[in-house]
Amino acid sequence: MNNAMVIGQYVPGNSVVHRLDPRTKITIIFIFVFVVFLANNVWSYTILTVFALLSMITSRVPLRFVLKGLTPVWFLIIFTFLLHVIITKEGDVVFEIFTFQVYSGGLIQGFAISMRFFLLILVTSLLTLTTTPIEITDAIESMLQPLKKVKFPVHELALMMSISLRFIPTLLQETDKISKAQASRGVDFRTGKLKDRIQAVVPLLVPLFVSAFKRAEELAMAMEARGYQGGEGRTKLRELKFTKLDVGIYILFIFVILGLFFTRN
Amino acid sequence: MDITFENVSYIYQQHSPFAHKAIDQLSFHIPSGTFVAIVGHTGSGKSTLIQHLNGLVQPTAGKVKIGDFELTAEKKPKHLKQLRSKVGVVFQYPEHQLFEETVAKDISFGPKNFGVGDSEIQRRVTEALQAVGLSADYVERSPFDLSGGQMRRVAIAGVLATKPNVLVLDEPTAGLDPRGQKEMMEMFYERHRSEQLTTILVTHSMEDAVTYADHVIILNKGSKYMEGKPEEVFVQKEALQQVQLDVPEMVAFINRWNEKFHTKLPFTKQSERELATAITAVLKGGKSHE
Ligand SMILES: Nc1ncnc2c1ncn2[C@@H]1O[C@H](COP(=O)(O)OP(=O)(O)OP(=O)(O)O)[C@@H](O)[C@H]1O
Ligand SMILES: [Mg+2]
Repeated sequence: MNNAMVIGQYVPGNSVVHRLDPRTKITIIFIFVFVVFLANNVWSYTILTVFALLSMITSRVPLRFVLKGLTPVWFLIIFTFLLHVIITKEGDVVFEIFTFQVYSGGLIQGFAISMRFFLLILVTSLLTLTTTPIEITDAIESMLQPLKKVKFPVHELALMMSISLRFIPTLLQETDKISKAQASRGVDFRTGKLKDRIQAVVPLLVPLFVSAFKRAEELAMAMEARGYQGGEGRTKLRELKFTKLDVGIYILFIFVILGLFFTRN
Repeated sequence: MDITFENVSYIYQQHSPFAHKAIDQLSFHIPSGTFVAIVGHTGSGKSTLIQHLNGLVQPTAGKVKIGDFELTAEKKPKHLKQLRSKVGVVFQYPEHQLFEETVAKDISFGPKNFGVGDSEIQRRVTEALQAVGLSADYVERSPFDLSGGQMRRVAIAGVLATKPNVLVLDEPTAGLDPRGQKEMMEMFYERHRSEQLTTILVTHSMEDAVTYADHVIILNKGSKYMEGKPEEVFVQKEALQQVQLDVPEMVAFINRWNEKFHTKLPFTKQSERELATAITAVLKGGKSHE
């Protein structure tokens, strides 16, 4: 538990990517996710890949850390590639393994799709790698403001999100502590029959729920004691700021998209 | 069981930007039957250290030996359950580990996992409850209806009931009332002696360390800062203050007394009464002294 890596866990830093307004990051990534599907030849893929890699490098998040976070996804990417290679029967036969013929169409298609996949995951994990959960919720709250007109509880939703996000590390820590305490009392979480292992979870879950409920109650009480009464008229400690940097990035991104439209066929 | 650390280091989240060295090149030896106090400022690695003692974590470098068991960075540890039945750990805030419907069931949990027979478990539950100062009426109560202090006692009883050879205590009395603290410490000490345990006490209380420990290890930022008999370690006021620790009240008193009256009373872990006698002797013989 301790050494487990959380995919896209925030890595503190002060790079350009870190300093961008989280709303800018979310917007650009949102658009990126769509335009990835427009790429259909070598040049358009190159443009998108260069953009993604440049962002990654600018963020100064250690590449090793990023790739390690992607470990569970590698399998999916490779699987998609193989699937396409096997199924697609277009173009010329490139080579033959035993009696199985590999077509050029299959290779190209497989490569294109797994590249898409890779780019999507790289860019979205860049968001969480360089943006604190709190910034993300603030951004979402601010971007959902228009929905307030139709009585959608934007503030409450954002509050719920930020509280849950805030308590994820706490809960992980608690899980670690309690599982260690029970392991000391002879519980074996790792080996044994499935039935035994399922039973071994009870001594972990009960204390975890007890403390989660206790925490929730305490938090509610502490918030009320400090005069919290909902979003009306509440100011913010951290104001989101749209800066020249964001304008620059938007302009750059528009060029990327223009480039994409010129190169795709 | 003898306990030996040889150049042990432990790094949390190794190979990530969050890597944090909690234990750094630590070596020490604890002979079987010793009462050891581990003292250090908050975050100095005390809790991390004791997790090595029953294989909850593996050192990232170096070697830990507990009796015949060996833990190293390379090998996956074997027979962990056996090790854990011999090394009982009372964690910081152990009340968080309670989960059963009744106090008795929760105390039986450890012994049951280690394969102790039913009638023996019964006997141990009764005995452990008594040891922690709870009456037999508690056996059928739910642990979640108890007060914080009572829950703590039940959790401690749960560890005592496994009858370990090595008892590891991570600030077991933090948050108890003063009288409860004293009772609890006396109980641990009594058990340490009557059952020839090896006891490892993590504490912030210099008083407890002086009163009960044969040997003190002082940690600072994951490394050993000082080690020795309490009466040797705890008189080094400047060195202790360097790492945000204070000398025990008794030492502080003797120091001030010596300063004020220009005497040279030594600190020998004496009791208050013994000190009073020594002071009277000095005062009576004092005239001839000056
Ligand atoms: N699960 C963890 N992940 C990462 N770092 C940790 C973890 N647990 C502890 N640490 C870090 O390791 C260092 C030592 O922690 P440890 O809990 O051993 O200190 P301690 O001496 O027991 O402190 P205290 O007196 O407050 O209980 C601290 O700097 C802490 O931040
Ligand atoms: Mg601790």
